[in-house]
Amino acid sequence: MNAVWRQPNLAMGGAMSLLLVGVALLSVFWTPHAYDAIAVADRLQGPGPVHVLGTDLFGRDIASRLMVGARNSVLVGLVAVGIGMAVGIPLGALAALRGGWLDDLTMRTADVVFAFPFIISALLITALAGPGATNAIIAIGIFNVPVFARVTRGAARRVWSLEYARAGLAIGKSPLRVTIDHVLPNIASVLIVQATIQFAVAIIAEAALSYLGLGAQPPAPSWGRMLFEAQTLMTIRPTLAIFPGAAIALAVLGLNLLGDGLRDALDPRLRDWQIAPR
Amino acid sequence: MMSFAIRRLLVLLATLLAASAVVFIVLEVLPGDAALLILGTEAQDDTLAALRAQLGLDRPAPMRYLDWITGMAAGRTGVSHTYAVPVAELIGERLAVTVPLAAAAFLLSTLVAVPLGMFAATRRNRAGDYGVMAFSQLGMAIPNFWFAILLILGLAVGLGWFPAAGFPGWADDPLGSLRALVLPALSLALPEAAILARVTRSAVLDTLGADYVRTARAKGLGERAILTGHVLRNALIPMTTILGLQFAFLLAGSIVIENVFALPGLGRLVYQAVTQRDIVVVRDVVLLLVALVVAINFLVDLAYAAIDPRPRIAA
Repeated sequence: MNAVWRQPNLAMGGAMSLLLVGVALLSVFWTPHAYDAIAVADRLQGPGPVHVLGTDLFGRDIASRLMVGARNSVLVGLVAVGIGMAVGIPLGALAALRGGWLDDLTMRTADVVFAFPFIISALLITALAGPGATNAIIAIGIFNVPVFARVTRGAARRVWSLEYARAGLAIGKSPLRVTIDHVLPNIASVLIVQATIQFAVAIIAEAALSYLGLGAQPPAPSWGRMLFEAQTLMTIRPTLAIFPGAAIALAVLGLNLLGDGLRDALDPRLRDWQIAPR
Repeated sequence: MMSFAIRRLLVLLATLLAASAVVFIVLEVLPGDAALLILGTEAQDDTLAALRAQLGLDRPAPMRYLDWITGMAAGRTGVSHTYAVPVAELIGERLAVTVPLAAAAFLLSTLVAVPLGMFAATRRNRAGDYGVMAFSQLGMAIPNFWFAILLILGLAVGLGWFPAAGFPGWADDPLGSLRALVLPALSLALPEAAILARVTRSAVLDTLGADYVRTARAKGLGERAILTGHVLRNALIPMTTILGLQFAFLLAGSIVIENVFALPGLGRLVYQAVTQRDIVVVRDVVLLLVALVVAINFLVDLAYAAIDPRPRIAA
């Protein structure tokens, strides 16, 4: 119990994030109703005993759609952050290791990616490949690559300036070996914290894209799309516009708290602006 | 300082060139060209060929790329095929919405967040600090378009103080136009303010512990003078980075928010141009947005160097 009081962010954020993943997993096996079962007679109900959170314009169960939406969000977060880490970490580590023109090239390329406001790159990708869940994930993933490349490079360069990294080279280890044995383990905490934050960013980004119609396509439920559909109906049934937004906010809040808690626990010297969400 | 500025300017130009090449290639790969979009798929081959020749589309891609960027550099834009007017004209109209919107959101978030962050830092681990941090966590978690919907629900639909959507135009109804921008500006400002308050707090906390702050106290300077003269100036270094980053967020955010409120701004223009495949508009507007982001980053770098001489000397 003491540990919980000492790390309230970690405990709260961890619990909320577990709940998010738990709901997403549960939705694979069970939802109160089928998420796409249309029952026009039951449409636009408020919260009630049969449909806990009410129904939408087609009489579909909101609670079930939110649960499947959680699965969508978790999947987007996992894959998009996965892409960012899988490509960005090796690039950043290599840039830190080699320096010189390779380092310059990597960082200038990152500048070019960052020059595009995120929604613009997503729009361009959508224009190329059409709207859809996969393309939204790719757009968010591409944006994560330079984020992880920059963070990895910065942190790895600090480790390379330390004696134990140099000592590794001195006893005849290859630079790659030193990177794997010493550099990466020492920057893991930074990367874990960043990954948590980027997960939250990915969830908001996916919601924004599906709100604009660029993400998951109907009838697949996504929180952002549900908000879009609710907007024209919110004078009749305001809860339609409240629950999906609350789901996004709670998911993001949980992940951000988890990120903060992990940072405090793993690497208290990290500063807010070094891991500010982008 | 001068050589630093020139070096950064070269990086800016290189970034712009690379970004313009990316935009050009992406739009080049798209199936169909402007001629096909204008005439439709039913068009005769010879009509298409004639229009392509007229639009210069029959020339090789590298030549057209050069034409485009040299034209943009000279301020010449293409002609939109859906609106049949030069893109510059469209951009001019739309900037009249997006610039006031982004500027209002930026001012609002800065004016709220910087005092809040400083307040929280001076009351570290007390109620005021926890309150500000809770606001910041919530503000970061609430997506701006959901906040927009909540504002519409409460202040537009519920109380009727502001319009739920639309924009009357500055010329026809200046006051109504101003009112139409209030909710969008609030929605855009919230997440920015949340991040900025947090960054301000930790930046101020960092400097509050510095030796020169203790010296200032020891020589009898008032708390207010210490905060504004010593602490804030040094805290500005990390804050400048975030303020610069926020500009790109605001641009991205305005695309979503302008769609929520059906505002005829730059973001909605580029969004609609993509869905309508108005390649000329997409190309020119995206390059403009990218140029804005890069230019702001450049200015941030300069401001950075002006506030903090260290990167200038190290570079």
